[in-house]
Amino acid sequence: MSQSHHENENMGAGHITKKNYIIGFLLATLFTIISFGFVAFKDSMPRSAVVILLSVAALLQMFVHLYYFLHLNKSSEQRWNVIVFAFTALLVFIFVGGTIWVMYTLNLRMM
Amino acid sequence: MFGKLKFTDIPTDPLILSVVAGMILGGVAVVAALTYFKKWGYLWKEWLTTVDHKKIGIMYIIFAMVMLLRGFADGIMMRTQQALAIGSQQGFMDAHHFDQIFSAHGTIMIIFVAMPFLFGLMNLVIPQQIGARDVAFPVLNNISFWFTAAGGAIMMISLMIGEFSNTGWTGLAPLFEKEYNPGVGVDYWLWAFQIAGIGTTLAGINFFVTIIKMRAPGMNLMKMPIFTWASLTSNVLIIISFPVITAALLLLTMDRYLGMHIFTNDLGGNMMLWNNLFWMWGHPEVYIVVLPAFGVFSEVVPTFSRKRLFGYKTMVYAVAVIMFLSFIVWLHHFFTMANHPNVNIFFGITTMMIAIPTGVKVYNWLFTMYRGSITFTTPMYWTLGFLTLFVLGGMTGVLMAIPPADFMVHNSLFLIAHFHNVLIPGALFGYLAGFSYWFPKAFGFRLNETWGKLSFWGWAVGFTLTFMPLYIAGFMGMPRRLASLSNPEWAPYMYVAVVGALIIGFGIFAMLVQLFLSVKDRKKNMDVTGDAWGDGRTLDWSTASPAADYNFAIIPEVKEIDDFARMKKDGTAYQRPQKYYPIVMPKNKPYGAIIGGLSIAFGFAMVWHIWWLAIGSLIGIIATVIYFGFDDDNEYVIPAEEVKRIEDERFDAIEAFRAQHTINEKEVKK
Amino acid sequence: MNTTEIKNREEAEVIAAEHAHHAELNTFGFWIYLMSDLVIFSVLFATFVVLGKNYAGGPGPKELFHLPYLFIETMFLLLSSVTFGFSMVAMHEHNKKAVITGLIITGLLGLGFIGMELYEFYELIAAGHGPDKSGFLSAFFTLVATHGAHVSFGLLWLIVMIIQLVKQGLSDGVRSRLVRLSLFWHFLDIVWVGVFTFIYLMGMV
Repeated sequence: MSQSHHENENMGAGHITKKNYIIGFLLATLFTIISFGFVAFKDSMPRSAVVILLSVAALLQMFVHLYYFLHLNKSSEQRWNVIVFAFTALLVFIFVGGTIWVMYTLNLRMM
Repeated sequence: MFGKLKFTDIPTDPLILSVVAGMILGGVAVVAALTYFKKWGYLWKEWLTTVDHKKIGIMYIIFAMVMLLRGFADGIMMRTQQALAIGSQQGFMDAHHFDQIFSAHGTIMIIFVAMPFLFGLMNLVIPQQIGARDVAFPVLNNISFWFTAAGGAIMMISLMIGEFSNTGWTGLAPLFEKEYNPGVGVDYWLWAFQIAGIGTTLAGINFFVTIIKMRAPGMNLMKMPIFTWASLTSNVLIIISFPVITAALLLLTMDRYLGMHIFTNDLGGNMMLWNNLFWMWGHPEVYIVVLPAFGVFSEVVPTFSRKRLFGYKTMVYAVAVIMFLSFIVWLHHFFTMANHPNVNIFFGITTMMIAIPTGVKVYNWLFTMYRGSITFTTPMYWTLGFLTLFVLGGMTGVLMAIPPADFMVHNSLFLIAHFHNVLIPGALFGYLAGFSYWFPKAFGFRLNETWGKLSFWGWAVGFTLTFMPLYIAGFMGMPRRLASLSNPEWAPYMYVAVVGALIIGFGIFAMLVQLFLSVKDRKKNMDVTGDAWGDGRTLDWSTASPAADYNFAIIPEVKEIDDFARMKKDGTAYQRPQKYYPIVMPKNKPYGAIIGGLSIAFGFAMVWHIWWLAIGSLIGIIATVIYFGFDDDNEYVIPAEEVKRIEDERFDAIEAFRAQHTINEKEVKK
Repeated sequence: MNTTEIKNREEAEVIAAEHAHHAELNTFGFWIYLMSDLVIFSVLFATFVVLGKNYAGGPGPKELFHLPYLFIETMFLLLSSVTFGFSMVAMHEHNKKAVITGLIITGLLGLGFIGMELYEFYELIAAGHGPDKSGFLSAFFTLVATHGAHVSFGLLWLIVMIIQLVKQGLSDGVRSRLVRLSLFWHFLDIVWVGVFTFIYLMGMV
């Protein structure tokens, strides 16, 4: 088991610098403002466009948090963390997507 | 002061009162014995506060077996009632009582028998199979056990004060809402389930980290024993699916306690959402329960065929595929919700697909046995019983995977027969095989084989006689959960089923006899080497029986699958190490017992709306956790000389034993 | 070195190795717990999607949510994530004082977030739009309050860490627990991105 100073530096939670947090904060704020902006100006766009753009902005902001704040990256130290997260994300997609599909289709048939 | 609790909540039904009296007497007897033999200190220090995974495993299994007795009692009462209450006859239970019995039966068997049993086996075995000294989080391990025990205590208390739920182990929307069920029954079910579920989730996390991060050097994933692989997939299922039921029960709690409208049938609630969420957990749950059993069979078959497991790689892929697929089949539990055919077809196909990897496993077990040198020990009996009986249950499952067929038999006795067919010969036989297989490892002496086999026959014959008639009755249209039967044509099947249940009762009785006789004769059946069956292939058989606190004095360097078999072949098993090192061990802690006790108080308080007690116990739990967070005194060191002393004693005994046996063999050969 | 000194050194080495290993296990185990928490939140999200239009004749998001208020609330939490990050940097520079300062600011920002949320709930309930009034409101309150409860437990944990820092300084145990709290805190901000987007903003569209 490696005893490298680097790995032990954050006990498996990644390498951190002040810069990471500042960049992450700026990007996250940007995405937040953009999202609020979409809603403030929603009447100038078709509804479906706003829905998609909001979703994309949220997803991108989550990746910003994961990369800059939680230090999830392609390094070998983070590998298990990333695998576990990706798997959970897949299951969340299945559970939420599946629930929406099942309940929405049912709703159509109940009307 | 006592919320809704009144004296009139103590049951007056003579049947219930006699059971409660029996329980109380039993409890008093245990307390009296502990006091008389002055064992309270021992019990607290060595067992209740232990962080030793082997002891926690034993406690889980004892708990599971005690709850099995209660669950079985519920079962035989249902069989009896359905054999008596035909036509104009009333039987001995009214419908309201019957509803509570079937609700308790399911809840107990799944949550308080199957789950603790599988965690018991995982606890006892996994660290020893992967060459580790304990699990990743020993104190959390103890806390998890106590959460399960607390849930079980709440189940038992529901028998003594108030009543249990009448909405099945699966819940029924909107019947379980405040409006239709203002009493305490549903709340007892809800809190027992929720509290136990939290324990299970924590234990799942514990074992996942243990298996991923604490394997001995050289044991990469594709060299792990299959029981560990199967447990890994089961724990992944736990970590991902138990939060679903936690959230679902939380939502129901919001409805019942704060008047919300999640699952109600008015003001915007959606009743079918409950079914969807429950089974999103419920389906993975049945695979959580069966996969470790499959893992046990994968250990038992090679050992008693004296042959390595056929198709190791495909076994791993099979459990992994079963794990994935089990996440995308859940709607097959409510095909009759009458969703769009496309929805039903999708889930029907995924359900049928699960049969494929399961079939692969069955063939692998058979091919392992083929041309093996088979010994018919008790674990092997359980395994052969599984192979013969389980497959039918799987096939009836595939039958019901076809939505139009399911419309005919949904919620009939055919369904009941199917799931008991997979749970009993599948999961339970697996656990009992594991119990008899690893008992010597846990306690250092072998079990009585005769009564073990008798127990098997009781279960196998009893199961067949109980549930095969139910398949037929289901085809004949008999629904499940009936307190009385209108159709006399179903009667003969009910009679046969009661006889079957009695034979299962004999099987349980035989197990108790087996335990009694084995303990009595233990000195004659000691396992000196630790390789209790002589043909152990995996690292768990390389430790002492029972293993030392630290399991391995020197962490082994693993070279291949079934590494202990290789060591025995190479002659490197049982070699005294050149040097011993000090070993760091975790200290026992009382946090689990304290949190467990407070959880019982919290659950009880929430059931009866005793708000001061609920808040107080919750604060107590949080305070205990915070106190735990301040406790950095959590290890002690076993000095190298002490390790050497323990190991030397063991090697001396092994050498003496082998010398003795070589002499005996030579005498026999003469 | 005599035998006792060798023995003590051996034991110290073994203990140090255990500690390092345990710190890594603790972080990984906590991450797995967060994954299970993610599933709980996703079920509550799914519930909101299913019930989100069930107004039962009452008001919906457009009538009840206020963008500027939400924006300030969001920035409180986002800023608190950054200040926590600065605490972690200070931890690696072994600067105990800066760690404590960072944690206190984080806590105050988090308290601001919770305060705003509680006030929002109070206003809604006082106006007759409590969680018992419709499926939409039930789902909304349950999801947002579950997130708020998590943040509140995080605040309690923050206080505990500040006390531990004052009493024991940056010991091994304290550092390991701070790492886990940082994971928790950042995770909650990620969940909040989902909440303000899909519950609040999406409802206004």
